[in-house]
Amino acid sequence: DIDGVGHKYYLDLELEDVLDNDRTVNCTAEVLYHLGSKTSAPDVQLTVQGELRSTEEADKEFYHRIRSLEKELVAENIPDSHGNVPPELEPIHLLAWAASGYVIWQNSTENTNFNLAQVKHVKQVKRNDEDLQFDFVVLLHEMVSQEVLPWQVTLLWHPQRGARVPQ
Amino acid sequence: TINTELTIPGTNLGLLLKTPTYCRHQVLRIKTKNEEEVKQLQLLESLEHLQLDFWINPSAPALPVDVRIPAASVQPVKAFLESQGIQYSILIEDLQDVLDKERQDMAESAQRQRSTSSFDFGAYHTLDDINAELDQLASEHSFVEKIQIGESYEKRPLYVLKFSTGGSNRPAIWLDAGIHSREWVTQASALWIANKIASDYGTDESITSLLDKMDLFLLPVANPDGFVYTHTSNRMWRKTRSKIPGSICVGVDPNRNWDAGFGGPGASNSPCSDSYHGPSANSEVEVKSVVDFIKSHGNFKAFLTLHSYSQLLMYPYGYKCTRPDNYAELESLGRAAANSIRSLYGTTFQVGPICTTIYQASGGSIDWAYDNGIKYSFAFELRDTGRYGFLLPANQIIPAAKETWLGLMKIMEHVKNKSS
Repeated sequence: DIDGVGHKYYLDLELEDVLDNDRTVNCTAEVLYHLGSKTSAPDVQLTVQGELRSTEEADKEFYHRIRSLEKELVAENIPDSHGNVPPELEPIHLLAWAASGYVIWQNSTENTNFNLAQVKHVKQVKRNDEDLQFDFVVLLHEMVSQEVLPWQVTLLWHPQRGARVPQ
Repeated sequence: TINTELTIPGTNLGLLLKTPTYCRHQVLRIKTKNEEEVKQLQLLESLEHLQLDFWINPSAPALPVDVRIPAASVQPVKAFLESQGIQYSILIEDLQDVLDKERQDMAESAQRQRSTSSFDFGAYHTLDDINAELDQLASEHSFVEKIQIGESYEKRPLYVLKFSTGGSNRPAIWLDAGIHSREWVTQASALWIANKIASDYGTDESITSLLDKMDLFLLPVANPDGFVYTHTSNRMWRKTRSKIPGSICVGVDPNRNWDAGFGGPGASNSPCSDSYHGPSANSEVEVKSVVDFIKSHGNFKAFLTLHSYSQLLMYPYGYKCTRPDNYAELESLGRAAANSIRSLYGTTFQVGPICTTIYQASGGSIDWAYDNGIKYSFAFELRDTGRYGFLLPANQIIPAAKETWLGLMKIMEHVKNKSS
């Protein structure tokens, strides 16, 4: 408890690579939830202790595949009702997780527990610069209230510059 | 058939099965525009060194020509076609890949077929298909009976499978699934479990000794209206489908509607909320039917309910954060069950009372059961922990059902020992 400021949490985390179950990396984090404020996202400091796996090859290949599409990519219901994700849409699914992470961070309090339930809709938007842009509608499941609500979020991605949510 | 668009002449199929590898063999579909092009293809056909295998031979311009081309001949053949302006498309990029996948699919399907009466327990099904399978199980086994304990809001029957090898009102175990309709792995697992019990009574020692002493009542789809709605309209629907007077919103959270701390913390009084407790306890006919059934039976010793997701094994209380009287026993039994679950695939379940394990939640079913004398009441939250959440891939249904079964068995054996 920090008087007049809020609640600060010190965390030791172990991240597991979802695509490579034997791979874990340790992290530490500090999270500050601001007092009383429902409109301000918590402050987060994260330190990764160790290295994340290089995905350079796969990133390049995905980037070129999307850039060379004649028509902008459009997809919905990822995964579908039965949990299926077509292999070529798996990277989009992963980017949606990143985009959801941003939304979840922005909307989290000490009494929420969000998870990405489904990518309802995704539309690629072609850009003049080198970024890929995806406009998502994601369904987030909030465990405490049990609500599943849609959120719109745009994500920019570039193999070297990584993922960003434009303001 | 390898590809539903292709016809495979019997002789070629025979050859396919005998030849060791089709690695990087391609299958092209060639669309000839005129007689001249057909003649070109017939010329190609005569070049034996190319080892071309025509699945549909060139005969007339209007008909497509399908040909399997060994790896070494792919480039020369394509170069030839392109130089002649003959149009083609690639039907199969690598035939070996297709054959491998086909073999794998068939093996998996055969494995599933072997263990059932041809109902695929490793897939998600509609309500009608599930009800048909309940009839099937009841008809195939004399100790399995399908009974109706009530009707849903939209008048769908609430079907329970009764497993009983005799006696008169033996001490009984209650198991339900799908009270929250979007939690599809639970209804699917309940079906697998029903089949497991029905098939293995008489050969499996623990199932046999259990059913020789106790009855089991299984409600695989506790919320059929919601379940149909997840198929037809909204995959993420959780509640019942009852109309709420004075509100445009529909449905009550059936696991906040039980008479246990009803209306307390952890449930919403807003009809539009996914955790709306409803106008009063037992207002939902889906809940009332179970309550009435269990009360009139009068001899239930255990109440078990399946949910997803999060991988948790919980006991009372949810509506208050105080411990039940037999807390130590429930904690120890829960841990033993979680260990059994983990023994199969390494899936870890956290154990504890609802209140401290997830959140305070009033009006829940296992709290009601416990406060009504059923001292062994547990709620399972099955796979996974969020990667797929409610949309668990169908290929995880059977693993989830199998591991859950081990946990349930652990609890039921303990209850059987305590009830004799």
